[in-house]
Amino acid sequence: MSDEGRILRFQIFRYNPQKKGDKPRMVTYEVTEAPGMTIFIALNDIRENQDPSLQFDFICRAGICGSCGMVINGAPDLACRTLTSKFEDGEITLLPLPGFELIGDLSVNTGKFMRGMSERVESWIHDPDADKVNYNELEERMDPDIMEEVYELERCVECGCCISACATKRMRPDFLSAVGFMRLARFHLDPRDKRTDEEFYEILGDDDGVFGCMTLLGCEDYCPKDLPHQTQIAFLRRKMALVK
Amino acid sequence: MNIIYTDSLVIGGGLAGLRVAIAAKQRGYESIILSLMPAKRSHSAAAQGGMQASLGACIKGDGDDEDVHFADTVKGSDWGCDQDVARMFVNTSPKAIRQLSAWGVPWSRVRGGDRDVIINGEKVTITEKHDAHGLITARDFGGTKKWRTCYTSDGTGHTMLYAMDNKAIELNIPVHERKEAIALIHDDGVCHGAVVRDLITGELSAYIAKATTIATGGYGRLYSVSTNAIICEGIGAAIALETGVATLGNMEAVQFHPTAIVPVGILTTEGCRGDGGLLLDKDGYRFMPDYEPDKKELASRDVVSRRMTEHMRKGKGVPSRYGDHLWLDITLLGRQHIEKNLREVKEICEYFLGIDPVKEYIPVRPTQHYSMGGVRTQATGESPTLQGLFSCGEAACWDMHGFNRLGGNSVAETVVAGMIVGEYVADHCAKKSLNVSTTVIEHFMNRETDKIGALLTREYGENPFQLKAEMQKIMMDKVGIFRNGPDLEAAVEELKLLNQRAKKVALRNKISSSNPELVEAIRVPKMIKLAQCVAYGAMLRTESRGAHAREDYPERNDRDWLKRTLTTWKDDDADLPEISYEDLDIMKMEMPPGSRGYGVDNTVHHPDTEKRVAQIEEIKKANPTADRHEMQELLNPLEIPEKFKGRNERIGRGYN
Ligand SMILES: Cc1cc2nc3c(=O)[nH]c(=O)nc-3n(C[C@H](O)[C@H](O)[C@H](O)COP(=O)(O)OP(=O)(O)OC[C@H]3O[C@@H](n4cnc5c(N)ncnc54)[C@H](O)[C@@H]3O)c2cc1C
Ligand code: SF4
Ligand code: SF4
Ligand code: FES
Repeated sequence: MSDEGRILRFQIFRYNPQKKGDKPRMVTYEVTEAPGMTIFIALNDIRENQDPSLQFDFICRAGICGSCGMVINGAPDLACRTLTSKFEDGEITLLPLPGFELIGDLSVNTGKFMRGMSERVESWIHDPDADKVNYNELEERMDPDIMEEVYELERCVECGCCISACATKRMRPDFLSAVGFMRLARFHLDPRDKRTDEEFYEILGDDDGVFGCMTLLGCEDYCPKDLPHQTQIAFLRRKMALVK
Repeated sequence: MNIIYTDSLVIGGGLAGLRVAIAAKQRGYESIILSLMPAKRSHSAAAQGGMQASLGACIKGDGDDEDVHFADTVKGSDWGCDQDVARMFVNTSPKAIRQLSAWGVPWSRVRGGDRDVIINGEKVTITEKHDAHGLITARDFGGTKKWRTCYTSDGTGHTMLYAMDNKAIELNIPVHERKEAIALIHDDGVCHGAVVRDLITGELSAYIAKATTIATGGYGRLYSVSTNAIICEGIGAAIALETGVATLGNMEAVQFHPTAIVPVGILTTEGCRGDGGLLLDKDGYRFMPDYEPDKKELASRDVVSRRMTEHMRKGKGVPSRYGDHLWLDITLLGRQHIEKNLREVKEICEYFLGIDPVKEYIPVRPTQHYSMGGVRTQATGESPTLQGLFSCGEAACWDMHGFNRLGGNSVAETVVAGMIVGEYVADHCAKKSLNVSTTVIEHFMNRETDKIGALLTREYGENPFQLKAEMQKIMMDKVGIFRNGPDLEAAVEELKLLNQRAKKVALRNKISSSNPELVEAIRVPKMIKLAQCVAYGAMLRTESRGAHAREDYPERNDRDWLKRTLTTWKDDDADLPEISYEDLDIMKMEMPPGSRGYGVDNTVHHPDTEKRVAQIEEIKKANPTADRHEMQELLNPLEIPEKFKGRNERIGRGYN
């Protein structure tokens, strides 16, 4: 590999709101690239060898858990599965995801937002009988194709990239956002959820819901799990327009 | 002093912890869950492959039931498991999966009619029963007689965790995120809760509860290369150990998974081989049938990992700058199958290796994967020595896995144990009242405050990142897949020195709030202690059982070693833990020790084995009309909460 051992230049947003007097700034770090290096590996290298105070979140380091969303050279993405070799000039700028409460440096509180979203869309099966089900009996049969489609919508990892890419969210802080739409689409499709369209409308049917969406589709462009935002948002809009 | 009271404190927001909290809450007890990060990011999300439950709906699962699952589990454990617990588990697993189905997991379903599958490298057409259409289907996994591993494409753990966390949100169970339990609060043999550090503000709080459950997952990160998430550092087990009262079980039982990608150690699921993938060597030769003609690539995990290592030692590995590896070939499964059922695998190959597994082989090598050991509990999930302390999931040694767990049995354990242990936690909450003096709470709070203070004021000392790296290297090199006396002795000695050095950690970044270096400094001494438990236990166990493979003692030795290792750390200044053993009673076993059916059987048998076999024959003769359920009651009577006693229905078979 020709670029082996080149020097990468990271420009990283630094700010610790916990520390009195600290101010937001960009700091440059240099790291010698290794083969197969990801941003996860590089950031740990910086933390261990240059600045132990640098904050960021990684958990699975395999593109599965959704903790490591950050803005990488302008685009929100999962940092753990971004190879440094992708950046030809070796310049990498890292910013925390906008739209979330900042914990420090590259770490943001997506968890708090996502729990709020789940509570708001009531992200669970609504069926008064779900807890009375006799689990000794055969389970309720489900159409194999529908279950596959539900899974497609459930692949969201709550990384928050779609939210950072959404212009509407920036203007309307209470905008439900793509992640919420996808969650609702998932439950709307699931025959086990007994909610009616009217009930979904209660959650979705205003300008903080699907009617506020400008369908610019930043969400779909940046979703690392390739969720079908466009078709689902359009579907929800049509459905909700029929309710009233 | 910040004190928070609740009925049931659950440390850990993975599948196991969430399920325990749900059970207690449904019985009317307040529960609080602590987690290092949002619950949905727990490591449970990474389980791609599936969950074992003997539903027997797919055609290749026909004839499956609890008994077959039980036999596979006990054999898989190399007879090291607690058979009462394994029984509770297999009988309850079908209920757990059906409940999860009602809670929203989009399990993949049987499609009646013909479909093509790959078995043993050949394309075969199998015909699913039409009357099973729409029921939960299953795939093949290693070490199982039937296709029993139920799945959601390749996102099983993700969908289970999302459904479980959603259920917890529905029940309004608070998850206190970005909180780390750093010590247990206890006196007089009773656990009262935990000292908890806020990872953002750095504040310490005391969480006081009637029941405290450790559900913190495994300790894979004691090793430098592991398939585990980077937060699987065993801190839950370590704080139990540090009480000096609670015991850890079988810490030396560490599983290596055959197929993690090289070099980063990210897992490609066993589903790859279950669905028909093959292992090839540097000549493109399929070598597993030479070693294991019967189960081939789908022998038990520990066996496949050892065979791969043996084969590489013969010079058949593919050389690379990261050392030798072998190939996993899933190209024969075809694009359609890979893109639907193994998509996460495809993404991992694309992003981390830059290859397309539809066309190219995947470089793999056995890698640390699962911790069979953990906080020792009784079948109820409670510590036998520290009252009010419960544990479940990978953090626990409930002991259904013994010395090797089967693929798919782990996420199954988390939800089944969560159900069962959750009931016992609720029973405990019903019986006990909160009864702890503030002096006790203060004592523990002050102790932890002082420790952190010392870390923040020490001028010069050891670098915690470096200590961790040294520990991980020792574990990798000397306490790995194949083990031997001299290496283990060296590991034990080297870890002792690290333990001493870990008492003198100093920080470069001396602030008490959000500070990754401080987090590391708090964890590393605990991790080193756990590593010592693993290495020391492995050194003392002079036999090979399941994943614990001693080159100098290759035989399984039931005569001397059919026992569970128990570890305590009573004196904080000691430089080694104390180890004792608990016999497994053959005379109570439903399935007395036998051969696992891999390689040559060189077991040294226990004298009781023959006696118990004869006794079981007698019981069978004396009860010629007993059906399989009655026979199980005779051989292995179950103590399990009433609500889980019912028989499980199967398609075409009813409740038999
Ligand atoms: C890559 C991979 C694939 C796997 N695939 C399968 C599979 O297909 N089938 C299968 O059966 N098994 C599989 N397993 C194993 C299985 O996923 C795990 O054993 C299981 O999910 C563990 O669940 P848990 O609830 O015990 O712990 P985890 O899900 O690990 O959760 C631990 C929780 O504890 C919290 N925590 C930890 N320490 C602290 C602390 N000190 N204070 C507060 N909170 C703390 C964490 O925040 C987290 O919420 C796989 C494992 C890996 C690594
Ligand atoms: S389509 Fe545009 S406005 Fe609508 S959710 Fe996506 S990014 Fe936001
Ligand atoms: S929809 Fe996509 S981008 Fe948005 S949170 Fe989910 S996975 Fe991330
Ligand atoms: S660390 Fe889990 S997705 Fe990046």
